[in-house]
Amino acid sequence: MKHLYTSFLYTWIAIVVVALASVVGDVLMARAMKQVGDVHALWRRSGLLGVIGRILSNSNFFLGVTAMAGAFFSLLFALSWGDVSLVAPAAASLTFIGNAFAAKIFLHEKVDRRRWMAAVLVAAGVALLAG
Amino acid sequence: MTFRKYLVLAGVAVFAAVGDSMLSHGMKQTGSISLQHLSSVILAVLNPWVAVGIVLLLAFFASYMNALSWADLTYVLPATSLGYVLLALVARFALHEQVSLTRWLGIALITGGVGFVAGGPVLTSHGHDSHGHDESQQSECPPFANNAKDGAPAVTAVSSGAER
Repeated sequence: MKHLYTSFLYTWIAIVVVALASVVGDVLMARAMKQVGDVHALWRRSGLLGVIGRILSNSNFFLGVTAMAGAFFSLLFALSWGDVSLVAPAAASLTFIGNAFAAKIFLHEKVDRRRWMAAVLVAAGVALLAG
Repeated sequence: MTFRKYLVLAGVAVFAAVGDSMLSHGMKQTGSISLQHLSSVILAVLNPWVAVGIVLLLAFFASYMNALSWADLTYVLPATSLGYVLLALVARFALHEQVSLTRWLGIALITGGVGFVAGGPVLTSHGHDSHGHDESQQSECPPFANNAKDGAPAVTAVSSGAER
């Protein structure tokens, strides 16, 4: 019984870690790309190399990629001993909700009722699809 | 929203969905990878499904970054979750798999969520929040913008900040 409880606890810790790393990665990447600016306009001004150079000179981009890689590998580890049908959808759902909070706080996006409804519905839908 | 931007959003959804499923199909063929045999990762990449899946996920990453450069995170994520719906529809109508009632309900919820976010603004945040980049005035028309390759009016390329 104690074993069941600890594995349940570890699985949920893993889910939260995966979701947190995903949220950090997404927010950093979104911030990096906002600093880079609309790549369509940038492409016209300075070409593909200009776009790539601008992205590669952004430190948030590298932090974001690192966090996304962390999320990917922690998901792999979680999947290797956790229940796939719980870990993957739960982490995806939590990421959608967490991103709505993080985008409001850190990216100053206007998360109005419309955006909240979208985040909650999609999170629920993803959970049902994978379940 | 221009047609090209809808194409980018569709690219995010399709590349992620198809890339993910090709990757998982390939990984089921190659078998599980353990930390003791990390060399099996190299063998996995040689599997054509895995290789194409990786290329598609790189394409997903490029279009995801493209979308984030002109749209809010809370817009891009729900909008591109239509990829999950696409996967379920492919499973039902192309692969003739059974799609359970719960999954149909999930499809309905995601579609509803996308409908909510699609009716609202694309961009509500300001890009120039922390680092003082010298080109933070994005609405300014570049002097040499009329050599745009596809002949689209230069104004549409730089007006996205004001788009609602």
